[in-house]
Amino acid sequence: MTTIDAPRTPVNRTRRGVNLEKWGWMYMRASGVVLVVLIFGHLFVNLVAGEGVKQIDFAFVAGKLTDPFWIVWDTLLLWLALIHGANGMRTLVNDYVTKPKVRAALHFALASSTAVLLILGTLVIYTFDPCPAGADPELVASFCSTL
Amino acid sequence: MPAKVAGAGASSSSAPLSVPAPRPPVIAGTLYRGREGMWSWVLHRITGVAIYFFLLVHILDTALVRVSPEAYNAVIGAYKTPIMGLGELALVAAILFHALNGLRIILVDFWSVGTRHQRALFWTVLGVWAVLMIAFTPRHLIAVFGG
Repeated sequence: MTTIDAPRTPVNRTRRGVNLEKWGWMYMRASGVVLVVLIFGHLFVNLVAGEGVKQIDFAFVAGKLTDPFWIVWDTLLLWLALIHGANGMRTLVNDYVTKPKVRAALHFALASSTAVLLILGTLVIYTFDPCPAGADPELVASFCSTL
Repeated sequence: MPAKVAGAGASSSSAPLSVPAPRPPVIAGTLYRGREGMWSWVLHRITGVAIYFFLLVHILDTALVRVSPEAYNAVIGAYKTPIMGLGELALVAAILFHALNGLRIILVDFWSVGTRHQRALFWTVLGVWAVLMIAFTPRHLIAVFGG
């Protein structure tokens, strides 16, 4: 049977090196502040300004993803939000999952899904073609006809 | 009864520090200590998980802009239906709470008197959340249901 230390026992700092849990804790707060700005801006431009949710279509996204401002905005949004969310889910897994194998499997699922979606999302943003060849002119942005 | 009880050494002269009495939980048998601190923590977790799973779907649906205008417009069309419109309202409600309560957590962690005011900060979060929801709800419902 294992025993736990008395509550006021000083921490035994035998480990050397970077405290990753501390930096994870810092990341949640630092990225959180930036995400408040990025997501509020994202929601305002997509759901409040203009015609709201009904304005969103391929041509609307093409207009945004040809603007360097929104390319940077959306890239930051993708990376900061997904890592923030995955790290938050890791916290919940650590809190509620006690079986080591299940915990390891969930950590692996979180890490791999995050990696795949970060690569996919980044590729989509930087290889996006607003005027695909042969596309229906009714569905693409108006600036495609002047090319 | 917000009685202040003296520390363990009340009768001895060595302990002038007074320790606030633990508050009785509002609901007997509830987890932890109840009240604003626990419920803000519970809501932060629930909204965080909901937003995380939406984010996974949202990265995938946006990735369809790389497939074809038709594919993207088909899936984004689902977001413009009445049921999804109500879902977006719930999503924005969750995001606004998570964002504002996240700022409250940062204040509790880094503001010298943040812990002392955590309860007032929670009600401030709910107040600002209500104001933002009162502003957003009619705007979004008109976009979804109005014509």
